[in-house]
Amino acid sequence: MIINHPLLGPCDAQEFTYKGDARLIDRPDGMAEGSGPAFYDYAYLRDNPAGEHRELWFHEQGDRSWLVVTRNTVTHDIISVELARDVARSMGRSR
Amino acid sequence: MHDLAPMTALGASEPRTDTIGPIRITEAPDWALASVAARLGQEATCQTALRKLLGTPAPGVAAQASGPVLSAFWIGPHIWMFEAPYATHPDLAQQVKAACADTASVTDQTGAWVRFELTGRDLPRLMERLCNLDMGAMQAGHARRSVIEHLGCYVIRHEDSITLYGPRSSAQTLHHALITAARSVF
Repeated sequence: MIINHPLLGPCDAQEFTYKGDARLIDRPDGMAEGSGPAFYDYAYLRDNPAGEHRELWFHEQGDRSWLVVTRNTVTHDIISVELARDVARSMGRSR
Repeated sequence: MHDLAPMTALGASEPRTDTIGPIRITEAPDWALASVAARLGQEATCQTALRKLLGTPAPGVAAQASGPVLSAFWIGPHIWMFEAPYATHPDLAQQVKAACADTASVTDQTGAWVRFELTGRDLPRLMERLCNLDMGAMQAGHARRSVIEHLGCYVIRHEDSITLYGPRSSAQTLHHALITAARSVF
């Protein structure tokens, strides 16, 4: 499998490690009122779609950047690859 | 005062050189290294400071740049590795830190890596057995990190040579992989 790194171009999947659902970026505020159920959801509940799935990948043996890879779990097509930093910022996060 | 003899990463008193066919693999122990990671929100200020230190702009994505004294290569977004001869720059990390002050975090990396210089013709034929990088397509001045023999290594392409950095604690493993690949090609 080849992941088309947004900075470095096509890289072999051997250089990457897989983290999980891209929703892990969106960590709830632990100090907020009623954060317990939000953390239960964050830690344990995942969709398991047959089709498009957004995932976090780490370029561990490369430039060590985190990527959000949108991948079709049925066809193994990779639809888009973005820097996780850019995705987080587009969600209004500072980093 | 202890009377300690310095050792190279391969455990000898002199750096090792192997000549196999048209290529030469040389251990290069005399380099000081320091990594620089720009702090959040300070990227532009940090790059201005690094430009002043290096004498040329800090290298862009997957690039290497040489100034009059120091050289540097890109290792990640807003992260660089600085290199200088150890004899003249034993305090490289302090110099880099002084230059960029609070705009970056600097780590001395001198003891962490083993450096090999690969020279000779047909280097892409050697490298294609070792790692995923497309050496034929890699131009001089490109620097990338990839896996060689399960080790994360930096590969820097020069006009007629390649500089290779691998983890120092696995220097012999990396050297063995280089020699084995070279013997199988040439």
